[in-house]
Amino acid sequence: MILFIEQILNGVQIGLLLFLLAAGLTLVFGIMDLVNLAHGSLYMMGAYFAAVLTKLTGSFFLGALLALPAALLLGIVVEVVALRSLYSRDHLDQVLATFGLILFFNEAAQLVFGVAGMTIPLPEALQGQIQIMPGLPYPTYRFVVVAVGLACALSLYWLVVRTRVGMLIRAGASNREMAGALGVNIARLYTLVFGLGAALAALAGLMAAPITTVRVGMGENILILAFVVIVIGGIGSVRGAFVAAFLVGLLDTVGRAFLPDILTLFINPIQAASLAQGLSSMLIYILMALVLVVRPAGLFPAPGR
Amino acid sequence: MLEVRGIDTFYDRSQVLFGMELEIREGEVVTLLGRNGMGKTTTIRSIMGLTRAAAGSIRFAGSEIRELPSYRIAQAGIGLVPEGRQIFPNLSVRENLVATAIPRDRAWTFERVVALFPRLAERLSNMGGQLSGGEQQMLAIGRALMTNPRLLILDEATEGLAPLIREEIWACLTQLKAQNQAILVIDKNLDALTRIADRHYVIEKGRVVWSGSSAQLLANPTVQHRYLGV
Repeated sequence: MILFIEQILNGVQIGLLLFLLAAGLTLVFGIMDLVNLAHGSLYMMGAYFAAVLTKLTGSFFLGALLALPAALLLGIVVEVVALRSLYSRDHLDQVLATFGLILFFNEAAQLVFGVAGMTIPLPEALQGQIQIMPGLPYPTYRFVVVAVGLACALSLYWLVVRTRVGMLIRAGASNREMAGALGVNIARLYTLVFGLGAALAALAGLMAAPITTVRVGMGENILILAFVVIVIGGIGSVRGAFVAAFLVGLLDTVGRAFLPDILTLFINPIQAASLAQGLSSMLIYILMALVLVVRPAGLFPAPGR
Repeated sequence: MLEVRGIDTFYDRSQVLFGMELEIREGEVVTLLGRNGMGKTTTIRSIMGLTRAAAGSIRFAGSEIRELPSYRIAQAGIGLVPEGRQIFPNLSVRENLVATAIPRDRAWTFERVVALFPRLAERLSNMGGQLSGGEQQMLAIGRALMTNPRLLILDEATEGLAPLIREEIWACLTQLKAQNQAILVIDKNLDALTRIADRHYVIEKGRVVWSGSSAQLLANPTVQHRYLGV
């Protein structure tokens, strides 16, 4: 039971990190119709920015706080310099060009930050553990990740649903030509959305950094998960990304933890262990396939697509 | 206020407008008439910068707008009610009105627009996509008015609407005209148009073949028959 609760919490935490990454991806894909493979690079750059800035300032909080505007700025520069001319091209061109960006960022990170990975030491305040219930301590930092992730999800929801910028984002998503003909500067709106997506990806990257290591290529694996999330959730839907990120996070974590035990009920333990290993890494793709069979446009299809 | 001089517009390589001309003065209601496929909508798309005219001049309020992006043209004061309404289906009625509003010094506010279309007042929190065709047309007009345009353009103002709703739209345009709003309108309903409009342009194959006042148009069955199929 204790293990189960712990795994659920881990799943929630991974789900929230995935959501931060997927939210930007789904907005950019859904609104600008741009397939951005380099979204994972922004995740990586966020982690590197935080690592370097933490070192420079001597404070994780300050480093993280400064890394976000840096990532926002980087996102805006990437959008203006590289992506703006890609909107009118087809998806294959976008995939090629943004794959080029991945290579560029990986090489650049290696040149600037070195081949060896970097670590971000946690400040003392976040190093401890919280006793959730007797016999179940849980790392404080992971709680903070959950809290920050939830706060971001709520703020993003508020931005999209309650503010004028959010209305324009939704209007632009459903009919960009009409929004333009009513006086909305779509190019500027796109830059803003892209910058916002970059900052969210960077936040995910920098929050993951103290748990893992900051290294070149760290964005690629999680990018695939983020794509699975936005496909399950419905491309362009922030709400869909939120629900799907939780599903994927929970299924992945819980599957890895419990599938061997469950399979042992039916087959012998050695076979169960090897089967479970293969099956658990497939679980989210099976989920995606099932969702696509039942709802081809995802769980919460965004209107206008 | 709006002067279109000799514009040529293409879709890819096929030319649709051939030296199209048009002029609208302050407070005037002007129509574009002609059969389908003659270039009426393309003229409007060219004015709005949605399909850029390759040659010629489009001057609005004293400045050249032919090469401006469409959002700058809207900001300069042209409000579009497009063919097929094109309201935002995923925004509520209220959001459709306020999202793209441009306050300026002119007087269209949310309250005034809602007062002009009481039907919309009852449906403010409904999604745009849930409205009937007539309500969507009212919303599209209200949305354009919220940008406080100096010139309002309506493409197929009453197409596909029930007769009663059409009358409501015409009444609304009459009311706008009384407030000195300049309007460019495309529609097929010659009766209503000759009642409301000051001048008409008849276009055929991308150029103006006849222009004149409502009285002149009514007195000219040849034009009506030859170009408008009346």
